[in-house]
Amino acid sequence: MSAPSENMSMAVATPRGKPLLLRHLPYFIGAAILVTLAATMRFDGYIHNILMQATTFAIAVFGLSVVLGLCGQINLAQAAFFGLGAYAVGIGTSDYHISYWLCLAAGCVIALLAGALLGMSTLRLGGHYLAMVTISFQQIVTLVMINTIWLTHGPDGVPRIGRPDLFQSSQSYLAFCVAMLALVGYFVWHLSNTRLGRAMRAVRDNELAAGVVGIDVFSTKVSAFALSAVLGGLAGGLFAGGFAYVSPDQFSFAESVVFLTMSLLGGVASPIGSAIGTGLLILIPEWLRFLKSVPGLYLAIYGLSVILIIRYMPDGIWGFVNIATERWRAKAKVHAAGPALQLVPATVGGDTVLEVKGLAKYFGGLKAVDDVDIAVRRGGVHALIGPNGSGKTTTLNVLSGLYPATAGRVILDGTDVTDMPPHLRAAAGLGRTFQNIRLFRSMTALENVVIGAERPGNTLIGKGGEDALNDRAMSALTFVGLGTRANELISSFSYGHQRLIEIARALAANPTLLLLDEPAAGLNSSEKLELHELLKRIAAQGLTILIIDHDMTLVSEAAQHITVLNFGRRIADGESMAVLRHPDVVSAYLGTE
Amino acid sequence: MDLALQLLFTGIGIGAVYALVALGFVLIFRATNVVNFAQGEFSMVAAYLMVVFAVDLGWPYWLSFLLALAGMALLGAIFNLGVYYPLRHRTFLPVIIATIGASILLANSVLAIYGPQPQVLEGWFETPGIQLGPVYLDSQYLLIIAVTMILVVFNYWFFEHTMLGKKLQATSQDKEMASLLGISVSTMIMITFIYSAVLGGLAGILVAPVLFVSIQMGSTIALKAFAATIIGGFGDVAGAIIGGLALGIIETFGAAYISVPYKDGFAFLVLVLFLVFRPQGIFGERVAEKA
Repeated sequence: MSAPSENMSMAVATPRGKPLLLRHLPYFIGAAILVTLAATMRFDGYIHNILMQATTFAIAVFGLSVVLGLCGQINLAQAAFFGLGAYAVGIGTSDYHISYWLCLAAGCVIALLAGALLGMSTLRLGGHYLAMVTISFQQIVTLVMINTIWLTHGPDGVPRIGRPDLFQSSQSYLAFCVAMLALVGYFVWHLSNTRLGRAMRAVRDNELAAGVVGIDVFSTKVSAFALSAVLGGLAGGLFAGGFAYVSPDQFSFAESVVFLTMSLLGGVASPIGSAIGTGLLILIPEWLRFLKSVPGLYLAIYGLSVILIIRYMPDGIWGFVNIATERWRAKAKVHAAGPALQLVPATVGGDTVLEVKGLAKYFGGLKAVDDVDIAVRRGGVHALIGPNGSGKTTTLNVLSGLYPATAGRVILDGTDVTDMPPHLRAAAGLGRTFQNIRLFRSMTALENVVIGAERPGNTLIGKGGEDALNDRAMSALTFVGLGTRANELISSFSYGHQRLIEIARALAANPTLLLLDEPAAGLNSSEKLELHELLKRIAAQGLTILIIDHDMTLVSEAAQHITVLNFGRRIADGESMAVLRHPDVVSAYLGTE
Repeated sequence: MDLALQLLFTGIGIGAVYALVALGFVLIFRATNVVNFAQGEFSMVAAYLMVVFAVDLGWPYWLSFLLALAGMALLGAIFNLGVYYPLRHRTFLPVIIATIGASILLANSVLAIYGPQPQVLEGWFETPGIQLGPVYLDSQYLLIIAVTMILVVFNYWFFEHTMLGKKLQATSQDKEMASLLGISVSTMIMITFIYSAVLGGLAGILVAPVLFVSIQMGSTIALKAFAATIIGGFGDVAGAIIGGLALGIIETFGAAYISVPYKDGFAFLVLVLFLVFRPQGIFGERVAEKA
């Protein structure tokens, strides 16, 4: 782990202090020009309809880019959410003569509630469930639209849908929709660099690690899903006003497939991709109208395209363009090294930072951990050792909340965390690394560490502004010796360096206790020496470390206190040298004569 | 009471179809950890093949039946090579999306070729059914129930008592270890896809005389079958069968006593109730991801 010298100052620093809106001014100027064009150019009716459709569809596809692109969760009911918004505006303005704005808001709220409920019932489970449940939901919505004739007019659809007084002409209404598109586009584009957006990407990349660094995985997924549903509802409401007529076949499963194909074709990860995909899939069918004479042919082609895109162009057109033009684009901004890393572990409890009492974890009849007591004193390094299969990693997984404990209590710095999920334990001050490294692989080293720094309860990031987070993350990366490579993607780092990034991610959170799961595994001897140095520097700042490792040299030199497990039970505990000479420990490792 | 008995019989018959398709789901899921969203289209395509051979070309029923199953075997193989196999090293999301793409491709290709008009396929037997006390036993439903029972027994024998079945099980449990033992993993996956396409096809052919042969029959059956696998416990063979039967019965009673247009909604309702209150299904166990 040869660390590049960190002494030289960085050449370019991030421009600071400029308000976000000012930096993004070009976007708003571009958007304003588009809105002006939409408001002033004379289109014939046909072109106008195409633009109207593209604008509203693009907003719905932005929704997919949030849920599928950012958060990695599938939504095969976007047309249903689109339909909920459209029917709210349709029925509300046409049958009940309610104000357009109220109807639009109601449509968004209905879509939001439907999305949140659907998400909450399903998102704790795997992705297969979500796919099937969203398809089922889509079918139900279509059934309701066709069969509740007293409300929806059934297959006849809703005619004479109103528009707001302000935008009565179709020209001004289009301009209004373009403005909405620009706003939503800005929001979605910006979202990926907000706390919520980073959480979504973390969940997409590695759910387990996301929980352990303090992200509430379930509510992040539900937020993404609900957000996607709202954008669907909003788009549907705008659509209904634009065309003045809606009917159930416009919101069928086939339309959900069209939305999905648009999103995949353009590139699911970015709103620009969404816009490209939407535009193409609205224009291409118009150019190839003759294909429409055969029912089903279009969708068959869409189905085939989905298979081909997934196989040959998984990042879509925009992803493809991005890779091709990478060389010509300006290099990513370089961040200043940040101040030296400070660790200020909380000290609420007494001398004992972690107290484990009678901890047990059974898998069926297997007692992986049985009645284990551990007391980790504040400051210094405590090691948990034992032969293979002795229950070390299971213990760690119970401590960090990945497995529920069968029995026993876990008290972290005075707080009983036994029944908390992983993200709340992280918030309570627990940091950890994994034996098989779990980083967020589509992100840069800096982004990974920023997510660590964002831990709820981290007192060292002020209000958690972008600059404070970047500073904190840069300090942690510099501390492990990788500050100069902050903007590289995880895949470009060696195995040993990835370990260091994981440690930096945990350190940036300013934890009260750091759990290290076999940090020396897979490192060569010089890397192990550097790891040892790093542990010393961490301990010197007063952070308590609980380490699991097989490397006896590392453990005996770094740890002041050792707990030994064998067959899930504690067989020895005490000051390092004494424990290592303990006859039970010797026989557990070397066997008895 | 008589009506209830009659509904029970019909429910079991329909449920048996869901169970067959669910079985196909479970087999592919266990072998590849992927849910094949085109499983229902296998049923639909097989039903259309029957219409082509037995109705349009007027060939004997048994010959059409064998040809349709052979066609399904071929489709299963093509499906594996074209959709699953190239993506086998990717995460589950791209694979799911690809099978959804395949499902759309299959359904709409048939629509483009055959048009939206539903087709009619005669049942296997000349006799429409027998009256047994108060209950009228439709011969096609009897056939469906019988075939499902035979297939359940066959599956058990095949997976537990033949070498090939054991190799398939080994592959589904640990691909790496299986390949180290000299089992050709790609062959086993190929066999799984062919077998589940044939199973799905069989379900489609059996149910075709009861329903109409239509483009939508695939997705309808697939949704029910998927709900059946969740109700039974995901990835569990016995669960898929019990879940399928339960769903068939619930749906038939719901349609008779509550609402016909919302018949297809009951499956969804039951599905959501299970997801909320017992996501591991009747037989399933909660499994945590290893850290």
